[in-house]
Amino acid sequence: MSRATCTVAVVYPDLLGTYGDGGNGLVLARRAAWRGIPVELVEASSSGPLPRADVYCLGGGEDGPQVRAAEALRADGTLARAVGEGAAVLAVCAGYQIVGRSFPDAQGAAREGVGILDVTTVKGPGPRAVGEVLADPLAPGPGPDPLPVLTGFENHAGVTTVGPGAVPLARVVAGVGNGNGDRSEGAWAGRVVGTYLHGPVLARNPGLADLLLGWAVGPGVRLAPLDDRAELALRADRLGAGRAGAGRRLARGRRAG
Amino acid sequence: MTITSGATRLGARARVAVGATRAVNAVSRQLRLGSGTVIGGRAGLALDPGLLGRLAAGRTVAMVSGTNGKTTTTRLLAAALAAGDAGPVVTNSTGSNMPAGHVAALAAGARQGPAVLEVDEGYLPGLVRSVGPGAVVLLNLSRDQLDRTSEVRRVAGRWRAALGDAPATTVVANADDPLVAWGAGTAHRVVWVAAGLGWRLDAVGCPACEGTITFDDVDGGWSCSCGFARPAVDVSLVAGADGEVDSRWADGRLLPVVLGIPGRFNRANAVMAAAAAEALGVPAGRALLAMSTVDEVAGRFTTPVIHGVSTRLMLAKNPAGWVELLGLVRGDGTPVVVGINARVADGRDPSWLWDVPFEELRGRPVVATGERCLDLSVRLRYAEVAHETVRDPFDAVRCAAAAPARHGGAAVEFIGNYTAFHDLLGRR
Repeated sequence: MSRATCTVAVVYPDLLGTYGDGGNGLVLARRAAWRGIPVELVEASSSGPLPRADVYCLGGGEDGPQVRAAEALRADGTLARAVGEGAAVLAVCAGYQIVGRSFPDAQGAAREGVGILDVTTVKGPGPRAVGEVLADPLAPGPGPDPLPVLTGFENHAGVTTVGPGAVPLARVVAGVGNGNGDRSEGAWAGRVVGTYLHGPVLARNPGLADLLLGWAVGPGVRLAPLDDRAELALRADRLGAGRAGAGRRLARGRRAG
Repeated sequence: MTITSGATRLGARARVAVGATRAVNAVSRQLRLGSGTVIGGRAGLALDPGLLGRLAAGRTVAMVSGTNGKTTTTRLLAAALAAGDAGPVVTNSTGSNMPAGHVAALAAGARQGPAVLEVDEGYLPGLVRSVGPGAVVLLNLSRDQLDRTSEVRRVAGRWRAALGDAPATTVVANADDPLVAWGAGTAHRVVWVAAGLGWRLDAVGCPACEGTITFDDVDGGWSCSCGFARPAVDVSLVAGADGEVDSRWADGRLLPVVLGIPGRFNRANAVMAAAAAEALGVPAGRALLAMSTVDEVAGRFTTPVIHGVSTRLMLAKNPAGWVELLGLVRGDGTPVVVGINARVADGRDPSWLWDVPFEELRGRPVVATGERCLDLSVRLRYAEVAHETVRDPFDAVRCAAAAPARHGGAAVEFIGNYTAFHDLLGRR
C-alpha cells in the first residue's frame, strides 16, 4: 500500500522571514504528519537552487530583500515550472506581491514579479494598512467547498489589483486587504493562493491549510479530521475581535482609502 | 548662543517647563494615573521643545539603544557611573525611553552629574543630534513590534547618518550584529565588543549591498561578498573560572564579569556597559565591580511569592529575547508559565510567536496565559508542547505550581512579554 509523500518548501526564509510566516510551512507539515502522511519540510535558502516541492510557502519581507527574492526566483525558474506541473503555492504579503506581475520597490519603482498569479501591486497613497482583518471568502473559491471566514493581521503599504487571469479570494469585512477600492482581499488562480494575511494565516485558518495540503498530496488521499479545538478557540476569539473592530470603525464613519 | 559652565543655568522658559514637568508628574502619581513620567515630560516639551538639550547641557550623557537589553544595560551602566566621582547619576529607570521620559528623568533628578538614558531605537538619531552624548551603547537590532516600528534595516541606516555627524561621541557597538556594525560604521570612535548574537534571522541580508551575510559558527565572524565584514574586536567574552565569564580587553586585561542577574546575554550587556563607563572615565574593572550589586532590573529576575508559589519573573519582548530566556530556563523540569499580550506596547500582531523556538519547552509542564493565550496555545500545539491554557496569569501560576516537577530555587518560571510581565509585576 503506497502513501503520498509530501514536500513542503518554505521559500527563502533568509529573505522572506519577517512576520512569522515560516509558521505556514510548519502548520502544513504537522497537519500532514498528524495524519500519518510522510512529509518533508524544507527551508530553502536563497543561496541555493529552489528544490522541487508539492507546496511552496512564501512569506513577508522587507523592501530590499523582497526585490532580491523576486530576482532570485525568476533567475532560478523552478517555482514557475513547478506551478506549471501542478505544485501548490501559498504567498503572503511581500510574497503575494512577488508572485504577481509587478510590485513596487522601496522607491516605488515597478519591479518584475515571478508572474504566476495575475495581480499587480503599486505603492498606496495612504498610510500602511496595519491591523486585524476579517474577510468572507468569495464563491467560487479555490477549493470544492467554500472556506470559512478568513482571519489574519495585515501590515503592508501596497495596493493590489487582481487581473482577469486570477480571482479575488475574499471580501473584507474588517481591515483593508488588496486596498484597491473593491474591498477584495487576496487572489487565487489554479493552485496559487495569495493573501495579505499574517498570523500566520494557516494557523488561524486550518481550512485553508487543508485545502493546500489536499492539493499537495493528491485526490487519492483522504484528509482525516484533526482535533482543531485550539485553532477553533483562537478563531472564535479573533472573529470576535475583528467584528468589534469593524463595528468601531463603522461608528467612526468610513475612513478614506 | 549661551555658554554655560559648571552648574548649568536654565533660561526662564526652561525653568517654567521643568516646573511643569515635575508638577504634572506629581499630580499624576498622586491621582494614581500612572507612574508619572511620560505625561509630565510631554508637558515640559510642549512649553519648551528644546528642553531636553538644555537639561542635558553640561552633563556627561550616555545613551543605551538597541532592540534587546536596553533597560538592563542602562541599569548596569548607571550603577557603573555611580561608582565614579562625577556625582549622582540621573537615569530613566522606568523604561520610558522616548524624549518625554528623558525630560521627566532629567527634570526630576539632580541638576548636575552624569545621565544614563535608555533610548528607543527610532528616537536615537534625533537625540544624538540634540544632546550630543559622550557615549552611545548599541546592543543589537532585531524584529520587534512588527505592526508599528520601522524595518530594522532602515533604523540601522538612520543610526549611521546620525553617528557620522557626532564627532564627540564614543560608540560602544556589538560587533557580532551586522546591522549594528553598519549603524555604527560611520562613528568617529568605536569600541567593538563581541557581545554575541543569538538571533540571526534579521541579520542575513547585508545592509551595505543587500547581498547575503555568511556567519562563521566557530569564531563568530561574519562577512559579505561585498567586503562588509565583522570589525576587529576590542573586547570579547571568554570562559572564566567556575563557569563564570571573563572579559578580555584590547590592552590585555582580563576582567571577571560577576553579576547578580542571570544569563550569558546579561554578561555581554555588562561588558558593553563597562566599555561605555571606561570611555566616560570610570575604569572598566571598577565599573564591573559596581555592576555586581545589581540583582534585579525593574522587577526582572526577581522571585516573588505569588499565592504561596515562588515565581521567577522574566521579560522577553521579541524573538531575540525569547531565544535568550528559553536558553536560560533550559535543562531542568521547573514548570514554565508563558504570558502573551498584544497591546500597543507589545505590538498588536503576535505572529512573531512562530519565530520563537518554543519546541525547547517540550517535556516540561507549560501553561499558556495572557490576553493572547489562545494564539500561544496554537503555536505550542504545532511545536508539540503539551500545555494548559489559563487566561488569568495568577491562576496560571497556581496551575503550573500544581505540576509534579519540583526543584530547588523558584517553583515556577514566568516569562512574559511586555504588558503581560508588567501586569503580573503590578498585581503581585
